[in-house]
Amino acid sequence: MSQDLERKNSKIVTKLVLVVLVMFGFGYALVPLYDVLCDITGQNIKLQAAADSETEFTVDESREITVEFITAINEKTPMEFRAETRTMKVHPGKYYTVNFYAKNITNNPIKAQAIPSISPGLAEEFFKKIQCFCFETQTFQAKEEKKMPVRFAVNPKLPERYKIITLSYTFFDRTNITEN
Amino acid sequence: MTAVVAEHDDHHDHHDHGPEKGILRWIITTNHKDIGTMYLVFALIMFFVGGTMALIIRSELFEPGLQFVDPQFFNSMTTMHALVMVFGAVMPAFVGLANWMIPMMIGAPDMALPRMNNMSFWMLVAGVLLLAATLFMEGGAPAGGWTLYPPLVLQTGKALPFAIFSVHMLGISSIMGAINVIATIFNMRAPGMTLMKMPLFVWTWLITAFLLIAIMPVFAGAVTMLLTDRFFDTSFFNAAGGGDPVLYQHIFWFFGHPEVYVMILPTFGVASTIIPVFARKPLFGYASMVYATAAIAFLSFIVWAHHMFTVGLPIAGELYFMYATMLIAIPTGVKVFNWTATMWKGEMTFETPMLFSIAFVVLFTMGGFTGLMMSVAPADFQYHDTYFIVAHFHYTLVPASVFILMASGYYWLPKWTGNMYDERIGRLHFWLSAISVNILFFPQHFLGLAGMPRRIPDYAIQFADWNMVSSIGAFIYGFSQLLFVYIVIDTIRGGTGKATAEVWEDASKHGLEWTVPSPAPYHTFTTPPEIIPTEHV
Ligand code: HEM
Ligand SMILES: [Cu+2]
Repeated sequence: MSQDLERKNSKIVTKLVLVVLVMFGFGYALVPLYDVLCDITGQNIKLQAAADSETEFTVDESREITVEFITAINEKTPMEFRAETRTMKVHPGKYYTVNFYAKNITNNPIKAQAIPSISPGLAEEFFKKIQCFCFETQTFQAKEEKKMPVRFAVNPKLPERYKIITLSYTFFDRTNITEN
Repeated sequence: MTAVVAEHDDHHDHHDHGPEKGILRWIITTNHKDIGTMYLVFALIMFFVGGTMALIIRSELFEPGLQFVDPQFFNSMTTMHALVMVFGAVMPAFVGLANWMIPMMIGAPDMALPRMNNMSFWMLVAGVLLLAATLFMEGGAPAGGWTLYPPLVLQTGKALPFAIFSVHMLGISSIMGAINVIATIFNMRAPGMTLMKMPLFVWTWLITAFLLIAIMPVFAGAVTMLLTDRFFDTSFFNAAGGGDPVLYQHIFWFFGHPEVYVMILPTFGVASTIIPVFARKPLFGYASMVYATAAIAFLSFIVWAHHMFTVGLPIAGELYFMYATMLIAIPTGVKVFNWTATMWKGEMTFETPMLFSIAFVVLFTMGGFTGLMMSVAPADFQYHDTYFIVAHFHYTLVPASVFILMASGYYWLPKWTGNMYDERIGRLHFWLSAISVNILFFPQHFLGLAGMPRRIPDYAIQFADWNMVSSIGAFIYGFSQLLFVYIVIDTIRGGTGKATAEVWEDASKHGLEWTVPSPAPYHTFTTPPEIIPTEHV
């Protein structure tokens, strides 16, 4: 192989290896990019870190929305978890409280985090939670059972076409996860 | 100055001796033909390993109920079948063809980076062996599907980190192979072999190599995130820590959609090489073929979420990905048109490579049509994750990529071995394959439309009949592939007689590889050939 060719080869290899490294970085860059895009499109509001402030709405007595509650535990979370009721009829603008019950079924303390999800996704921005056990990681002592209220209201601006909103919580075990 | 000349001479000496003796020849070889052969043989073995897994799947699905394997193992089979076929059979087979044919087609003495070439082959073997080893680990092989979606895949037992490292190795191997192809094509073409004179197989591989370099690192990143989520408490995809499993799907399909084109673009290249020879006409629309390939490659980066219509994309996203996906049908249509136009009024003969190529044009088009159906976002809610999509991608992969790989085998085997294969058995292999592949996959369209989900070991009674038909097709198809093994061995041993240098009538007008003797000598084009204007320009 002539020296000239060797030089040309190592030049092209260097360039291509650079592309490879950039694309590896690009994969990771998709992570923050995804959050930004979700924000812009109002999709998939992930961990809501804090409560909404309690705004006064004018209550719309003429309209009734069905709110459904679903509870689930992630595969390995050793808990029992339920809502006091499956459905509620609510008037937009009015604040309601619904209780959830969760129990640690092991003999050791555990930490668990509930992740909320609202369906249909586009109704999410009209669902206001001013109190929720999902805002922080919960600690349960051995066999401890907790009653956990959620206080919420549906914004009266919710478009007419939404008649049912489903609120679902999943508990994830975080006992072995170090907080940062 | 003198030193330079001396070294130059040294290298020439090196080039002149033949292969090493014995087994060592294969381990340390840097010869593109040896490495190409190893890739092809390895791919063929993996084709049967993956095929055995497919037959386990089809045996279980022959009747409703659970009869042979437990559901966990069944799911491992669907996962491993796909991974072995994609990364162990189809991709390596095309790398093998690239190794053998690209230097000969562009008049180069070897690949640009011969030692790296050897390394990428052995890295592939190690990666696939590691993947196969997961079958014997505690908790079984990955069983969450070849897409490795979290959170399901994170429930894999001891095998998870090994599967992930194996993906890393396979990725590094393909990246090295791709870099080698690009360096070879850019730096080693014989004088006069301009880019627009290159055979289409070389063109499609050049574009495929760029795809690989762009997507394999992204896939490596995605599986690395899985690894750190499982073992180092990161939360890329873990909702409890603020992550999102849907993010994985975006990253995966950013890789995954171009990946399916990695398997089909070289297929297009071989079809465009074979069809003109047996139609005895130049390829219709050479330049448009090049541009269409580039267009498909470009579009493949911006359509990934058509695999995710049902995850809850914003409506604007659904519409964008729907229309962008539909656009792919245009350059694809250009290609199908060109192949048809090449055959139009040609003096066609129907040797085995041509038979497989014609079947490819017809059956690939059917796969493209079902793809087009699924690109309609609202309709895809019905098709998604059913046997309909299984039928779709098997039409684009088996009677397309695999048929064309078989065609390549028949087409170049006389050049590789110096002997002619038995045309009668070749045609028998073709007809058995072409008929059984349709018995195998066509009924899966009906099953999918009727609602049978993919990746399940058991199903409702109403799906029984078509599943049985499909399984029968699978066994005929699987066993008829043994004919190919027989033919390869028979041809190596002498076949039906010596092949001429040109092998196919007037083939030397279509490619430089037909100007060297058969079998191709260990070293070809150590001095660059003179490029005669080929017919496609
Ligand atoms: C005209 C061109 C094509 C179109 C419009 C198209 C469209 C689609 C769509 C919309 C899906 C997603 C279906 C779903 O999950 O509901 C899909 C899946 C798939 N396609 Fe295609 N496709 C085309 C060509 C190809 C080709 C050429 C290949 C491979 C050689 C291919 C391989 C696949 C594979 C492997 C999947 C399934 C991936 C999985 O979920 O496991 N497609 N295609
Ligand atoms: Cu796709």
